[in-house]
Amino acid sequence: MNQAASLTWLASHEFRLGWRDWVALMTAGGRARARNAGIALIVVAAFMHVFAYWIVARFADANLASDTTALVGITGTLMLSGSLLLSQAMESVTRAFYARSDLDLILTSPASAQKVFAVRMGRIAAAAVAVAVLLASPFINVLAALGGPRWLAAYGVVAAMGAVATAAALALTIFLFRTIGAKRTRLIAQIVAAVIGAGFVIGLQVAAIFSAGSLSRYVALQSDWMLRHAPDTGSAFWWPARAVLGDYAALAAVMAFGVSILAAAIVLFSRRFGEHAVAAAGVSSTIVRQRRWSRGFRRRSASRALRQKEWTLLLRDPWLISQTLMQILYLLPPALLLWVTFRQGNDSYIVLIPVVVMAAGQLAGGLAWLSISGEDAPDLVATAPITADRILAAKIEAVIGMIALIFAPIVAVLIFDDVFAGVTCGLGILSAAAAATMIQLCFRVQARRSQFRRRQTSSRIATFAEAFSSIAWASTSALAAAGLWHAIGPAAVAFGILAGVWLVSPLRN
Amino acid sequence: MNSQNYPIALALRGVSKRFDRPAVDALDLTVYGGEFYALVGPNGAGKTTTLRMVVGLLRPDAGSICIEGIDALSDPIAAKQVTAWLSDEPMIYDKLTPYEYLEFVAGLWRIEPVAAEARARELIGWLGLEPHAHERCEGFSKGMRQKVALAGALVHDPKLIILDEPLTGLDAGTARQVKDVLRERVRAGGSVIMTTHILEVAERMADRIGIIAGGRLIAEGTLDDLHRQTGKTAASLEDTFLMLVAEQTVAA
Repeated sequence: MNQAASLTWLASHEFRLGWRDWVALMTAGGRARARNAGIALIVVAAFMHVFAYWIVARFADANLASDTTALVGITGTLMLSGSLLLSQAMESVTRAFYARSDLDLILTSPASAQKVFAVRMGRIAAAAVAVAVLLASPFINVLAALGGPRWLAAYGVVAAMGAVATAAALALTIFLFRTIGAKRTRLIAQIVAAVIGAGFVIGLQVAAIFSAGSLSRYVALQSDWMLRHAPDTGSAFWWPARAVLGDYAALAAVMAFGVSILAAAIVLFSRRFGEHAVAAAGVSSTIVRQRRWSRGFRRRSASRALRQKEWTLLLRDPWLISQTLMQILYLLPPALLLWVTFRQGNDSYIVLIPVVVMAAGQLAGGLAWLSISGEDAPDLVATAPITADRILAAKIEAVIGMIALIFAPIVAVLIFDDVFAGVTCGLGILSAAAAATMIQLCFRVQARRSQFRRRQTSSRIATFAEAFSSIAWASTSALAAAGLWHAIGPAAVAFGILAGVWLVSPLRN
Repeated sequence: MNSQNYPIALALRGVSKRFDRPAVDALDLTVYGGEFYALVGPNGAGKTTTLRMVVGLLRPDAGSICIEGIDALSDPIAAKQVTAWLSDEPMIYDKLTPYEYLEFVAGLWRIEPVAAEARARELIGWLGLEPHAHERCEGFSKGMRQKVALAGALVHDPKLIILDEPLTGLDAGTARQVKDVLRERVRAGGSVIMTTHILEVAERMADRIGIIAGGRLIAEGTLDDLHRQTGKTAASLEDTFLMLVAEQTVAA
């Protein structure tokens, strides 16, 4: 066998591509931004360590190995992280199946396609493990620094979880290919990924709402019912949690399980990966005939035509809907809490206002990007006899209209129960949505709607500003709904964020 | 046609645009009403930059642009009302049908719905899009997409149609349909200015041809005029073009 077809050569090629993808992701494709991205990473890492200290420092010295409450808590946390990992792994696996980039080259070369795809699966697993380890590292580092090196065993558990998540994602995606075919798998896999990512969190919140009238998922994990029905502390079910706590025998078992299940998945699916990738590449777009609702062209202004176009494009794109589905799914627990609260007549809905406002800000950010930056026919719109300001205004109206449509029922129910809380919530939603839209305006780019997934990497400042702005408006709304004058604080922060965004906006320069 | 007897559809005077280097350099160019004008030149000559300035997608650093008697720099909305732009990469919406796309364009140009719909049906018929008029564009080939984009460019009945390499990547049948529609527009009194690398197209379709190199118009006229400039009356446009560009390169 020549060197060019060896497994190690293929692996080094794949990992080089993976590394370059990651660097491009971090620097948004600009080499000049590498230094800034490095500094940003260090700042974020420092911030995350402080955050981790705040969350887990109190557990560092505890001896929790035989404490059912602790085992349930750790296992629940691992399952929460696992659902997010599985969601991300499914996204990566689906993307790999549908990426045509080098498929022709691989399949027409004399190299073993099975071997190439096995290495590619390994790369996906390595990426999943790397992301998991990176996200968990602040918490593990803080625990290890304060409670001793036994906590470092958690790295092994996290890596095993990444491996298991990739294996499960491969199995699930191949299953979808076999049952519903290459044509539908892409969309369904993305929806399944979104539902898996949000499903476990939402399930726990729903349980918490019914058991304690709270949105906290940990309330459900620590409930009497959960503790009563948990397996015995000697059960193998707790091995991952025990491994996190420094039980090396459990760690060895968990890691062995993770590695073997991933290896088995790679061996089992590498041949099918090629078959399904070929099937995916051969999928042509389905012909979709639209029913004509109108008898003819309708009379409408240019602004209305633009708004209508934005809404039609969004509603006809299930992929984009699935991408924003996660945010809408998170609204289900608050809506449920509202319903329970309304039925029981207490006022714990104060806790749901920030959740709703936060969701509105995040959703508006996504919609604003789609509407303002994600224009598939920029030349057409720019050469139309309508001013740029009017075009922007129409697009903003489309975003705010969509937000109003989604959130109006929640606000209406709140107002029905408590006018002040409802109005506060409505104003919070409006402020968060307007702020997110303004941030997207300040950082607008020219992109295709299909690049929606990459929007967060094209401007990290916009992404962070959007998140912090939503948090600030959520806090403002919660404090205002509680009748506290302290609401002025987060409101000032929210305006400060907008001022900062305006100052660093590329448009201004 | 004797161009001088027609009103001026497009006049560029001293138009310049600089990026890292001058892309268009004090360009003067005139297109008459009812004229088919082909702008040819080597890669990077400034053809696309020139046209993008005309349609308002780029602002020139200097000079004036007048479309159908309207100053396009001081009154861009009025100028856009009578202009259509079609680039080599058809930019349409995948999730809309051709019918809906044309309705959207008619809305942007504020065209009377009844007239716009009649015009849309006519264009859909001319371009052979009837069987696909109510299918979403996402499954269309490049040729079909280009036809939809062309229909969009014509649905508001523009006086000046500006096309950047509209025939790139089209099969012979589709290219013929596009050319027929453009000829029809010129016969009806409209003006067309088009860039192309396919010199045979310029040779067969254009009333006048402009050769641009280094951001300057180095030759302009009918095919005979260009032959006279090189002194080789029997040469093809390709020979003439290569000779003129080579002379310009040496001079530069």
